[in-house]
Amino acid sequence: MIGFYVLAIVLIASAIFTIMQRSPVYSVIGLLVNFIVLAVFYFTLNAEFLGVIQLVVYSGAILMLFVFVIALLSSGIGPLPEGPNRLPHVLGPAIASVLVCFGFVAYGVLHAPMAAPMVAGSAKQLGLVGSANVFGSVGDFGVALFTTQLLPFEITAFILMVAVVGVVTIASDASPQPTRGQHERRKRAKEREPIVKAGR
Amino acid sequence: MTVDVSNYIALSAVMFFIGVTGVVVRRNPLIMLMSIELMLNAANLALVAFSRAWVNNAGHIFVFLVVTVAAAEAAIGLGIVVSVFRTARNVDVDEVARLRG
Repeated sequence: MIGFYVLAIVLIASAIFTIMQRSPVYSVIGLLVNFIVLAVFYFTLNAEFLGVIQLVVYSGAILMLFVFVIALLSSGIGPLPEGPNRLPHVLGPAIASVLVCFGFVAYGVLHAPMAAPMVAGSAKQLGLVGSANVFGSVGDFGVALFTTQLLPFEITAFILMVAVVGVVTIASDASPQPTRGQHERRKRAKEREPIVKAGR
Repeated sequence: MTVDVSNYIALSAVMFFIGVTGVVVRRNPLIMLMSIELMLNAANLALVAFSRAWVNNAGHIFVFLVVTVAAAEAAIGLGIVVSVFRTARNVDVDEVARLRG
């Protein structure tokens, strides 16, 4: 119970740290702490496979993606321009919308039939985290994924396929490649260069 | 396991609204995307807690799906950010208002 509160405080503090930072790199650090604490929560909730997925996919892949994009956007031009501080303009609407949303969720949380405590579970079904063939173990998860929940698994593959095609379409150089002379191509390369090198 | 499931749900709600605040207040698209990740992770925490409470691993499968969607969303969102930065030389979402009618 003490551990829960300590981890909860770290989780919320790192989330607030994430959205308060000026530089996105510090936000990535906060998000990393947040994801690791969340993985610990998954382990304590008998979801060991999801804890590993959290560490590998989120902390490994997605955060690396963020770091690479930050490095790409800010290489050579220093920190991005700040712009005027708009917080006074958006503060009122922001607080109003957040409070309305929070009211909805608070109503849901307080009125949901969640008074039932955690199911204690028999020794067979709900065992120690890490042992085989108990609730949430890799075997349990895998059997469910490939038998009763096969359709979500296949939809997952479809989503990833669409994402790959979409990213290649969006982020690639979309200009058509005509068969023109060397001069034209060099000019286009010169136009493209400032993306990585110079700022305005 | 002595922690009641409502504690996890309350924690998840707080984390979700930190994410909402980030999306509403911040104007840097990278930090907005990170706030969206925070919201998705808050939903995941709620799903895992309910899954544990009812000893039913359908919630785990749902979290797996959400993780996939989050990965796809981060990849496409960052692709859009890079592509916008190429043309507009800026990543402030208020400055990039070319589609405004």
